[in-house]
Amino acid sequence: MTQVAETPQKEKITKIIRSTHEKLGQVNGVGQTYTDINDIFYGSEQKPVFFTGSEVIKEAIRRASVGTSVAYPITPQSEAAALIGELYAEGYLDEYFRGESEFAVMGQCAGASFGGHRVFTTTAGPGTLRAMENFPMWAGSRLPIQVCVTCRGVNSPLSIQPDTLEMHYLLETGMLVWHAETAQDLFDFILKGFIVAEQPDVHVPIATCCDGFFVTHTKDTVELPSDKLTLTPYDPYKSPVTCMDMESAPIRMMRDPFVMKSNYISYATHASWQQEVHAAVERSRKHTIRLLDGLIDTMNIDRKILIVGSGTAVSQSREAIRLMEQQGIEVGLVKIKTIRPFPTEEIREATANAEHIFVPEFNVAGWLAREIKAVLPDNGRVYTGPHVAGGMTMPSEVIVEEIKRVIGHRTAVVIGGLK
Amino acid sequence: MSKEKIALCDEFASIMPPEYQELVESATYGKQDRGWKDIGSSKELIEQHSLCAGCPESIAFRYILASLPNPEDTVFVGSTGCTSLVFPHVAVHNIHSLFGNQNAIASGLKRTLKARFPDVEKDVVVLAGDGATVDIGLDMTMQSWFRQEKFTTICFDNELYANTGGQESGLMQKGFVAKMAPKGKAFDKVRLVEIAKEAGCAYATMLTVSKPNRVEEVIQNAVHIAREIGPTFVQLYTPCILEIGKQSMEGLDEMKDSEKIGGRFVARSYITDEAQALVDRLKVEKKERKKAAKQRAKELAVA
Repeated sequence: MTQVAETPQKEKITKIIRSTHEKLGQVNGVGQTYTDINDIFYGSEQKPVFFTGSEVIKEAIRRASVGTSVAYPITPQSEAAALIGELYAEGYLDEYFRGESEFAVMGQCAGASFGGHRVFTTTAGPGTLRAMENFPMWAGSRLPIQVCVTCRGVNSPLSIQPDTLEMHYLLETGMLVWHAETAQDLFDFILKGFIVAEQPDVHVPIATCCDGFFVTHTKDTVELPSDKLTLTPYDPYKSPVTCMDMESAPIRMMRDPFVMKSNYISYATHASWQQEVHAAVERSRKHTIRLLDGLIDTMNIDRKILIVGSGTAVSQSREAIRLMEQQGIEVGLVKIKTIRPFPTEEIREATANAEHIFVPEFNVAGWLAREIKAVLPDNGRVYTGPHVAGGMTMPSEVIVEEIKRVIGHRTAVVIGGLK
Repeated sequence: MSKEKIALCDEFASIMPPEYQELVESATYGKQDRGWKDIGSSKELIEQHSLCAGCPESIAFRYILASLPNPEDTVFVGSTGCTSLVFPHVAVHNIHSLFGNQNAIASGLKRTLKARFPDVEKDVVVLAGDGATVDIGLDMTMQSWFRQEKFTTICFDNELYANTGGQESGLMQKGFVAKMAPKGKAFDKVRLVEIAKEAGCAYATMLTVSKPNRVEEVIQNAVHIAREIGPTFVQLYTPCILEIGKQSMEGLDEMKDSEKIGGRFVARSYITDEAQALVDRLKVEKKERKKAAKQRAKELAVA
């Protein structure tokens, strides 16, 4: 194996525990050097490209040393899934094939992960729901699989349009759930997501979500590290559970299989395992905070009116804030990057002085507003909306109008002395 | 996995449970030509189980584990059902994930093990009941055969959903009155062996577990063919004596009755020419090994 000479660096930035993988510094079959993630993002030159979100998913996987990816067509992730196939044909992945349904695909991903590969797949909308039984199984089996969810509607009549309702279904699966605003986020989240999810004290699956079409099918400028660098491979022997490859002693797992037992020990075992999975999600905070520079981003949070959002609702809010500033209305912004773990303390702190909190969303349920209401004191400050659904866009003007309506309404009530 | 990996270090040897110590001392990992006749003289790869007394599934489990050509490098994939009561007690890695997705899991697993261990033959064997194989999982069962995934699928056919209490399944015989078939099952037993053949299995066979030597032979054929040629399928009649109203000592008779001429389980097999050639070659090699062993024994006796 070729040892690559280390380039002299001023000071290495270490955001997350450095890789000690035996292949670190070696060159793979397609000429890439296995590199620590700290050095990929913070110790190498990043160059701008103008790509669609789907192409950005491909570029992330090109640098991710993925072992297996399983694909299935469903709009709007089909292009990304097919592009990963091109990477496979070029030798970047060991295994890639088309499964027969999302339920099967997630099982095939699980099999590959049980066998010790880093695994990536993509899905969307109805596919996410068809696959749903697998997600808590992944988490319970401690498989650090990454699924990129390019959100679309799940309702009937049939819709292929963007809608984030499916994310709500993922929240209690025991997975990490991150929500990208932009293609740049998506690139960063995919690579960083593998590393956080694979930490031995985390080791649960991750859903990297983005808003279908808005992110996948639009072009954006994204800064990418060199394609000659790739993550160090997944090390299955750092897993907190046994890799199913018969390379370690087979143990008798239990004397009485709990499935058939109705007794306290059985209940306690299941309960503690569920708690452990949720604790693992919580333990991801410390890694994620350093690697993503916090679970939230904030802008002008000293203002009385705040917008709190995730995904492309944040982008629309940025423009709404600009429009309102022209009208003399000052609004701050909180962008949530991780939905699981949920940034409870961060949101409490960021909104401590806010009098009005708006939560724009691309789904009919307003689930993010519910999440926020559930953790904030004095949650009458939180307005569930504006929200759109079924693939509707959310023009910035809609956010502006909603904020002005609510504030204006309040003002009128106060002037009337009715309170 | 080499046998050294299960070895005990001296410091901890005394605190390891006795069944593990027995495994180290007398299990047949790595033994060429292991088979059902090792049962009783070596440590089996199955510990206790909580199946019903007299359940033919339990003896089928024993025969299969004793017959695997390469247990030290075999990974099992199970499914939900009575088999989930046994898998926690077996001394080979095994995966239970969901009900019906066993062939999907095995597809990902086999490909990954092939990629990670290009120079070691890692066998993957699916073992699931008829509900998992034919009803809820038929799509994934067949798709893995279409894709020519190189692993063995074993179906424990007890002609009903045993673990949930005896409901109708696709492999149940027509007319049988069961839960969820209160007027008797309305359609024929699914012809899974023929489906397996048409779906691309290089070897598909059906039999009961009344004869251990037959079980040993088909399991070894199935694993070797899956390793070198393509998917294989073994359907074993393991009657649920509880749900068909039999006593615990009547399982064997039930199997013997059903495999008589005209019965539902008259043994039948489909094998491709290529697979047959492999089986013939393996047979010759085995015979030669036996002959050589006899010769060695003779020479030793003379010396």
